[in-house]
Amino acid sequence: MARPLINVPAKVKRGRAFEIKTLISHVMETGYRYTTVGARIPRDIVTLFSCSYNGEEIFRADLSPAISANPFITFFTVATENGTLEFKWTGDNGFFETATATITVE
Amino acid sequence: MSRSTPSPCAVGRRAAAATITALLLLAVAGSARATDIPLDQRRSGYADLGRDSKAMQDDDTVNPATLWVLDGEALWNQKAGAANRACADCHGDATASMKGVATRYPAFSPARNGPVNLEQRINLCRTEHQQATPLPFESRDLLALTAYVGRQSRGMVIAEASDERLKPFIDAGRKLFTQRLGQIDLSCAQCHDDNWGKRLAGVLLPQGHPNGYPLYRLEWQGVGSLQRRLRNCLIGMRAEPYAFGSSEFVALELFLMQRARGMTIETPAVRP
Repeated sequence: MARPLINVPAKVKRGRAFEIKTLISHVMETGYRYTTVGARIPRDIVTLFSCSYNGEEIFRADLSPAISANPFITFFTVATENGTLEFKWTGDNGFFETATATITVE
Repeated sequence: MSRSTPSPCAVGRRAAAATITALLLLAVAGSARATDIPLDQRRSGYADLGRDSKAMQDDDTVNPATLWVLDGEALWNQKAGAANRACADCHGDATASMKGVATRYPAFSPARNGPVNLEQRINLCRTEHQQATPLPFESRDLLALTAYVGRQSRGMVIAEASDERLKPFIDAGRKLFTQRLGQIDLSCAQCHDDNWGKRLAGVLLPQGHPNGYPLYRLEWQGVGSLQRRLRNCLIGMRAEPYAFGSSEFVALELFLMQRARGMTIETPAVRP
């Protein structure tokens, strides 16, 4: 079950910076490990994370095999207007997950 | 080649001899005490966490074990088995009905004529009431359900066993805890009662309390049960680990919970 967990304050003051915390369930298999019988475990990671605010991309991260399982990504942005934050995770083997959060700007 | 240079083989032997000496010293030092930790000196593994790991455990939106708890919540409400019943159909809202349950487990099961831990209790419910197949130990679903049930007791204290029928099993657990095992010939008590707070090869020896399970272990990159953790220790002692769900593991679990009675449940905790 790949379930994202988003934490965004429900209300933010206009012009203020606020923190966005995201957590997603993912094995982040590096591709460098072998099974006990010597078969290589294929890479299975999230490769790209992006966040858009009312359709405009405000944050993007490329993920690498060195990143731990269940990647936790946190960043700040400035509140400008009421709207929707959309989060996207893209990864190996066609992995794709989205989540949204709404914020009210006072 | 110079004669004074020791061969790599000799160096290896010397290192091995040094390791054995260190372990013998630990064993000798350990035999001196072997008493229980005074109740007021007990400390949760949380106290020895770094700042970042503490922050991870303290905030549910940062603690990756929350992902398991949320899965557990979904499973709680999902119908399963031939009876087509969900946990919620009998137990209702887990935040009310499961509050404090984890403080009393392992508990005595008349059906098994012995103690069962929370995972086994969930599986008993599955087989008896849901007529579903039991979930395998350490499977994501069983850990998720256990973490969800355990989460409802967070902040509550571990209960002292009042059931007289549990007594022989607590004693059996204590015996296992103090029994020397494996090629290294160590007992649990030698590290976790007699030498806690010291270091074993650079690693801090914790008191080994079970108050946060199932927990997210950074080394595992996932959530695991107390029995998985006990397995780690047994492998470190070079003893053959007991099977998941075995009477030995449940007795040890029961003894550890009684050893930690009165301590606060942190489920799902974060540990290195």
